[in-house]
Amino acid sequence: MPLIKIENLHKKFGNLEVLKGINFDINKGSVVCLIGSSGSGKSTMLRCINQLETFDSGDILFNDKSIVDKNANINKYRSKVGMVFQSFNLFNNMTVLKNCTLAQVKVLNRSNEEAKEKALFFLKKVGLLNFANANASTLSGGQKQRVAIARALCMDPEVLLFDEPTSSLDPEMVQEVLSVMKSLANDGLTMIVVTHEMGFAQEVANHVVFMDKGIIVEEGHPDELFNNPKNSRTKEFLNHM
Amino acid sequence: MELITNAFEIFTKYYPSFILGAKFTLIIAFSGTIIGLFIGLFIGGIRAIKVESTDSFVARLFKKFIYILTEIYIAVFRGTPMMVQAMFIYYALKPVFNWEPIVAGIFIVSINTGAYMSEIIRSGIQSVDKGQSEAARSLGMSSMQTMMLVVLPQAIKNSFPSIGNEFIVNIKDSSVLNVIAVTELYFQTSSIAGSIFKFEETFFVSALIYLVLTYTTSIILRFIEKRMNNTKTSYPSSQTIDYVVNLETETL
Ligand SMILES: Nc1ncnc2c1ncn2[C@@H]1O[C@H](COP(=O)(O)OP(=O)(O)OP(=O)(O)O)[C@@H](O)[C@H]1O
Ligand SMILES: [Mg+2]
Repeated sequence: MPLIKIENLHKKFGNLEVLKGINFDINKGSVVCLIGSSGSGKSTMLRCINQLETFDSGDILFNDKSIVDKNANINKYRSKVGMVFQSFNLFNNMTVLKNCTLAQVKVLNRSNEEAKEKALFFLKKVGLLNFANANASTLSGGQKQRVAIARALCMDPEVLLFDEPTSSLDPEMVQEVLSVMKSLANDGLTMIVVTHEMGFAQEVANHVVFMDKGIIVEEGHPDELFNNPKNSRTKEFLNHM
Repeated sequence: MELITNAFEIFTKYYPSFILGAKFTLIIAFSGTIIGLFIGLFIGGIRAIKVESTDSFVARLFKKFIYILTEIYIAVFRGTPMMVQAMFIYYALKPVFNWEPIVAGIFIVSINTGAYMSEIIRSGIQSVDKGQSEAARSLGMSSMQTMMLVVLPQAIKNSFPSIGNEFIVNIKDSSVLNVIAVTELYFQTSSIAGSIFKFEETFFVSALIYLVLTYTTSIILRFIEKRMNNTKTSYPSSQTIDYVVNLETETL
């Protein structure tokens, strides 16, 4: 049974059909990279998965249960599906530590002590233990993104969604974020990563999905898809990278 | 020169009345601003709620209706003079509450300020980037938690200069409450001036007192603003884990 199962997903913004029937499984422990040109619907699909965006038809199953079921608790579900954004989206008025503890206390009802312990553990993991008491707004981009990852990890998510996590970073900071993500992959965390970092996809992903104009054109193992793409649109996209 | 010596004389003779008037002016301006701020947080928060695509038809209609109500409230209280509001509300509600002018005065300044605060808070909410709300929601926080814990604190901080400005405006504009006989500074001044027939000098004293009140307030507000913005811009780069833990035990 896949962790997440996406069935015939359709999504329109007004008259613009952005997702035109997406079918796609994510297995536990796998790292899926989502590639495709701008406007192909990658972000929209990711946002549908954690319901920041509603969809028009089709279904998304999480552990075999529909996430749009009337009885489903959307906030509880979201706490299990972490999201890391291109623009970090840290809570600017809080310290790094508070960024990591707030939702633990408010959503998971953990005690302050427990939440803090967890936060410090993951801040250590992303190499920012020394910055626990710094104000979030004072960090560099790469540091912010690592805090955002730690913040998501603190919720003990079953899957982490990344939407171009390195796209708004200065080149010298890209590696620090990618190496954190690599170590998470090695730990066996399930991840879906929208990225333009083909090197990362090739090295870390078990599965690569190429999207174009709202449909999945081709998917497969990175070695296969990168070295031997079958579809002409995939070939064209990869040649332009 | 003569103006100043005469004014000084008047002040030394009548200072208890001036001080009493100033006291009422400050009480009205301060409580009116604070209550107005709470009204603004409430109304501004309501106005920031968007119709979502998942909403049912009834929910949409309800949200629309509430929005129109707030729209009317804001239009009426920003679009008519506070002096007229004071007269109308004081006399219209007098049979109901049988209220003292001072109570009516605070009530009027509060709802008048609330209309301005609503717009200040709404634009403060809009100044907090949407990404932070999305991040909060993606962590499983409810829309209420997101608003109260993430958005509003920053909205208030961002709009603090405008909120403070309302306080200063209220110190001055509470003078219109003399029409319902609230014994604030303007009312006291014109009683004194009328009883001694020295309008120029008496109102000169009054102007100086208003100036002292507003200027002092603006200095205090600027000080608070500076303190608020004085976030930690530097941090020790070689803290030990123990240090981090100890430091946070109290603040969490
Ligand atoms: N909230 C929205 N309202 C209207 N149109 C939208 C909205 N969000 C996205 N779109 C449109 O949907 C299409 C797909 O957008 P999406 O962000 O999913 O693409 P993407 O594959 O993530 O592209 P990129 O690589 O540029 O991030 C685009 O044409 C975009 O303009
Ligand atoms: Mg995108």
